[in-house]
Amino acid sequence: MQSLYAIYRKEMGHYFVSPIAYIFIGLFLILSAFFFNVILTAVIKESFQMEMQSMQMGGAPGFDAPAEVMRAFFGLLSTLVLFFTPILTMSVYAEERKRGTMELLMTSPISELDIVLGKFLASLSLFAIMLLPTASYLIFMVVHSDPMMPWRMVVAGYAGVLLLGGSLLALGSFVSSLTENQLIAAAITFAASLFIWVIDILGRDSDSVVGAVLHYLSVIRHYEDFTRGVIDTSSLIYYASFIVLFIFLTVRSVDSMRWRRA
Amino acid sequence: MIEVQDLTKSYGSVKAVDDISFTVNKGEILGFLGPNGAGKTTTMRILTGYMPATSGTARVAGFDVSRDSMEVRRRIGYLPENPPLYPDMTVETYLDFVARIKQIAPERRKGRIDDALGKTNLEERRSELIKRLSRGYKQRVGLAQALVHDPDVIILDEPTVGLDPKQIIEVRNLIKGLAGNHTIILSTHILPEVSMTCDRVVIINKGKVAAVDTPENLTSQLKGGQKIRIEAEAPEKPLRDALAEIPGASRVVVESQRTGSRLVVTVEAAQGKDLRSEIAAKIVQNGWPLFELRGVSLSLEEIFLELTTDDSAHAQPAS
Repeated sequence: MQSLYAIYRKEMGHYFVSPIAYIFIGLFLILSAFFFNVILTAVIKESFQMEMQSMQMGGAPGFDAPAEVMRAFFGLLSTLVLFFTPILTMSVYAEERKRGTMELLMTSPISELDIVLGKFLASLSLFAIMLLPTASYLIFMVVHSDPMMPWRMVVAGYAGVLLLGGSLLALGSFVSSLTENQLIAAAITFAASLFIWVIDILGRDSDSVVGAVLHYLSVIRHYEDFTRGVIDTSSLIYYASFIVLFIFLTVRSVDSMRWRRA
Repeated sequence: MIEVQDLTKSYGSVKAVDDISFTVNKGEILGFLGPNGAGKTTTMRILTGYMPATSGTARVAGFDVSRDSMEVRRRIGYLPENPPLYPDMTVETYLDFVARIKQIAPERRKGRIDDALGKTNLEERRSELIKRLSRGYKQRVGLAQALVHDPDVIILDEPTVGLDPKQIIEVRNLIKGLAGNHTIILSTHILPEVSMTCDRVVIINKGKVAAVDTPENLTSQLKGGQKIRIEAEAPEKPLRDALAEIPGASRVVVESQRTGSRLVVTVEAAQGKDLRSEIAAKIVQNGWPLFELRGVSLSLEEIFLELTTDDSAHAQPAS
């Protein structure tokens, strides 16, 4: 536990002593704020139209604008996650290998699991810190929205982003442990993330078991439940298994560095 | 303290380390000498638990490096060829991190870090970023890292490579100062380093141990006959003949010709014989001016070459 914490502390120090964390958080906030603004404008316009229509036709307005904003906002966050996580994880192991510091870690009395978990939790923490300021956008919603802001969707949405991000971070760490080259690590992680994103397309036209399996495997299908405010157990299990699987693979990969000639 | 028995490491069909055995006693400095690619680094990596051996055993302080890897790692300080540094950390935070992963109890950490900083003369640089340090200081930080947990065994892979002469002397003195309390293995391909710092030498070539002995014994054992170097002003042929007449003189070789008729000649004497006075008498008898006459013992360089060069390759320049 002490070793895990030492690794975690070192990683966090690395993020925040260098400009990495600040550039990362800054870019993420600029992009997410820009898109939030776009979404908000679009939804408000739409809700005016709906109101006009319902006034002309009669009947109650059936448009829940705050829920619509939330759904679009979390959809957007997932897209940003797809682009940001590969960059966040590309250097996790690649850099240590290149610098030779992996040799220090692996000749110290700590287990591979300590190394891998410490690094994973640090990248997940940075990811969470990056998301945190986006909550300030929702203050608008709280103050001005009518009907009330759907808190359920906010909670489920953030839980979903964290799980989705955690999964892609675990995947990215694994890829980074396979190569010394950061660019290759980022490119492969991005391609692999995209693939697991759209894997359900392969089974779209089939009603068979294969189609159902492919649908279940898609990383984004489960996320869509969260954006609707639904926390589904099967989705929780999906993300948890995804993360555990890739942490396990990373441990094996780190361990196998001892056998590789380098 | 360290026992290595029949250690072998293969990469596919290539044997990087081939059936090596040696022991190191407590408090001793062992030099690991060999050309690049001889298997020094591989052997050290096996000892530190970084990579497993293909066969054979290695024990550190009684613990098997593969079975009780964690116990071994706790007792070893290791400086790889490239110091494993994090450029964005300060010297002090770096050592704190290393102390943590070496499982130093929190209350002892501060003292251990100060001690390592003191031994490597880094106190004044403690809050500087590692990336701003010169090569020599980085090497010292690497050494401090290997010392911070006060390990029984310290393994240093080419600790003086890339340093300037003054820094080399400092590092050597530091290493000598550590002996006694720590058992040290250091690898090098620089010969004087071995005779200056090590108690014993393992000469390793192509993955095999070529010789294990003290630097002094290696020098005298392989000296065979003594060589005598003569510089005199004489015609070549008569000088050769005159020297060859001396009983016990074996090979007379003209090394070079200086200005005019001044010659530099070496004579090999049979074992245990000192021919210097006979040679001097002979030359003076012939009325040739004598400028220099001295015994030359084989340097570690020559011994090293003798041991690590193939016989076929060796025969050529000698003939």
